[in-house]
Parts: sequence; structure tokens; C-alpha cells
Amino acid sequence: MISGFFQLIKRELLLAVRRRGDVLSLLVFFVIVVSLFPFGVGPELETLREIASGVVWVAALLATMLSLSRLFANDYADGALEQLVLLPMPLTLMVLAKIVAHWLLTGLPLALVAPLLGLQYGLTGVPLLVMSLAIAAGSPALSAIGAIGAALTLGLRGGGVLLSLLVLPLFVPILIFGAGAVDAAVHGAAFGAHLLLLSACSIAALVLAPLASAAALRIAIE
Amino acid sequence: MSPQFDFPMFVAQDLAAARGERTLFSSVSFALAPGELLEVTGANGSGKTTLLRVLCGLMQPMAGAVHWRGEDIRALREDYHRDLAYVGHLNGVKGELTPLENVAFARAMAAQGDDAASAPLALSTLGLTTQQQRLPSKVLSQGQKRRVALARALFGRAKLWIFDEPFAALDAGAIALVAERISAHVRGGGVAVLSSHQDVPFDGVQRRQLRLGAPASASAARP
Repeated sequence: MISGFFQLIKRELLLAVRRRGDVLSLLVFFVIVVSLFPFGVGPELETLREIASGVVWVAALLATMLSLSRLFANDYADGALEQLVLLPMPLTLMVLAKIVAHWLLTGLPLALVAPLLGLQYGLTGVPLLVMSLAIAAGSPALSAIGAIGAALTLGLRGGGVLLSLLVLPLFVPILIFGAGAVDAAVHGAAFGAHLLLLSACSIAALVLAPLASAAALRIAIE
Repeated sequence: MSPQFDFPMFVAQDLAAARGERTLFSSVSFALAPGELLEVTGANGSGKTTLLRVLCGLMQPMAGAVHWRGEDIRALREDYHRDLAYVGHLNGVKGELTPLENVAFARAMAAQGDDAASAPLALSTLGLTTQQQRLPSKVLSQGQKRRVALARALFGRAKLWIFDEPFAALDAGAIALVAERISAHVRGGGVAVLSSHQDVPFDGVQRRQLRLGAPASASAARP
């Protein structure tokens, strides 16, 4: 059962390697959205430093949203989801593997790219590192909560918009703690508590979301 | 072969299902012992696919229950899945992966011992050349994709085979091959449930029929 869990993650990664465009377009979207703000707000470093955390986090949420609709949709369309549901492993574990793979393909790349974008906003040193850590710690919750929305909207027409409406409000706590961590680091305050809260959100989401997502999947495939 | 050859392994009791407001079928019952094959027939839209999905546990029936080895499949869940090979209306073959990767993944997930040689063997038995096995599955023809989907099921160790239109898109040679494989499975004490429009011969197999959509004949009678 545990080896099946890793086999499933391996499959997701292999599929992503074959469809590199999906991950790349996500990263390009993230970079472009974050890079647009300085053009609109103006080149004053003081202002940019103030808004950096919020901008990067909102862009990360939107980039995650973009990828969520594909989480189950491809497998649903070609019938592979039926086979996955019928695997000799608990459905919640299957969903958890999907979530972990989704994080490896979105949250992790976003966390790695974010410090480069922080440089554009005049951040240096510790805040850059904290930005990366905060996204790495908070994005598992985004993937997990997003999986509930992706399962609920599976097979619906216009599911993408509905998915955003369902999921974005649930992302608010992650946004608050995530942006708070970077803000604290920018102002030289203690940021440890924010990072711990982000990790706590992620752990709670990884435990609870697969249950809800699995229940929604059972309904969706009927 | 099982010593209790006539003990019903796979039992459906009073199944009913609806699509929207319309009742597709009701009080469908049958009991299959090891070494029996059930053919589900009926006109288009009579609920064959729905019945097979109910039997797999992909859909909940409106009424009734399905039992495997005497236990409700809703309680068994992944224990039931371990014994089950399902080939649906959709192939479930990933276009980005090669046929070999598709079959090998299914093999690894079924945890039936990862004998690496068996995935190429399964595919070449079903007529895919070594070269075709290494192409992305999306460039294969419809019939070849069907062969990949069947290769996952036909060479596994599942006891219960549930195939929805297994012969769709296959050529005559492949149909004979698949039918022979199914016959061998059933003769060896397996159970199979198929829906099909074609009248395909199965050698030396206890064959039972279930006709959906015909009034008063909803339950299968032993021939």
C-alpha cells in the first residue's frame, strides 16, 4: 500500500515530465504577474518593499488555482480516474498521493522561484529566505484544500470559475500568515510564529482534506 | 480450482438503478460461482454500463447490494478492488505514457508481484510490437489503445473480471485472442461479467445471460 503511494507519485511526476508545458506555463504566469506590479505601482523601492510579500503571495495563490483544475480533470476525461478509484488502496491515500505530487509540481517550484522575484522588490537576505520558506510551508495547504474544490467541481461546465469561488476564500488564512511572515522579516521582527502557523495549517489540511476530497470524488465519478 | 465449486462467489441482490428520473433496471439478481461467465445484453441505453459500474462499486445502486465472497462490497472496498479487474467504457490509458508504462504502472499498483517481464509479454501477446510498446499511447489507434487497456486486466491475477464492451474497436484476431483469454480465466475458476453486442464464442465455459430492458426477464436463469 505504501509502495503504491510512491508509485502513484512517480506516475504523476512522469506525466508532468511528458507535459512539461503545464509546469512551465505556471511558473511563467507567476513570474509575469509579480513582475507587472512594479510597472503599475512605480519604481520606488520603499513602496515595493512594503507590498512585496502580499504581491508574491497573491500571485502564488493564483498560479496554484490555475493548476488545480487539472488535478483530476485529465484522469476523469480519459477514464484513468475510474482505474485509480478501483486501486487496492484507500481512496484517501490515493488523493493524498495526488496532493503531494501536485505540491511537488507547483508549491515547490513556486517556493524556489519566489526569492528571485523578491529581488525585483528590493528584498535582500533574510526576507528572501523567509519568502521561500513561507511558500514551501504554506503551499501544501493550498494543494490540499484545492483538491477538495477540484473534486467537487469535477465534470461541471465552467468548473474553473466555480473552483476559484469555492477555494480562494479558503486560502485566506494561508495568505495572512504567509504574507505576515515575509512582512515580519522585512521589518526585522520575529517571523517564526508565522512559519509555524503555516506549517500547522498545512499539516491539518493534509490530514483532513483527503477525506473530503475522496468523498467528493466518489460522487463525481457516479 | 476451489474445492467448493458451486459456492456463489459473486452475488447481486435486487439491484436497481436510475438515470435522472428514469429507472434503468430494477430487481436484477444473480449469483455466480467460480468458473461462471455472465453476459449482460440489452439494447443501447438499457443500463449495461450502469450495471457494470454498480457491480464494481463505482456507482451506488438505488436499491439492493453486491456481495463478493459473502461480504458486501461497500464494506470490503480495497479488499474487493484487489480481486477485481475492470475495463470500462473508457480505456483509462494515459496518452502521454507508453503502453509499456501504462501496463507496468497498473501491475505495480495491483501489488501482484512486479515481474517486470510480464508487461511486455502481455502487450506482445495482444499484438503490439516492441516498437509500438515504446510510443506514446496517444499516437496509437483506437483498437490498439483498447488492447493496452485489456492487457492490464487480462494478465493480472484478479479473480473477478468485469469488462464493459471488451471487444469494441478490436479486429477479429484480437477478439478471438481476448475471448480465449477470458475462457481460460473462467475455466480456471475465475468469474467474469461482460457486456457485449457481439456473439463471441467462449470455449468450454459455463455461460449465463442477463438481458436488461426486457420485462420480467430481469433476473438471470441458469441455462
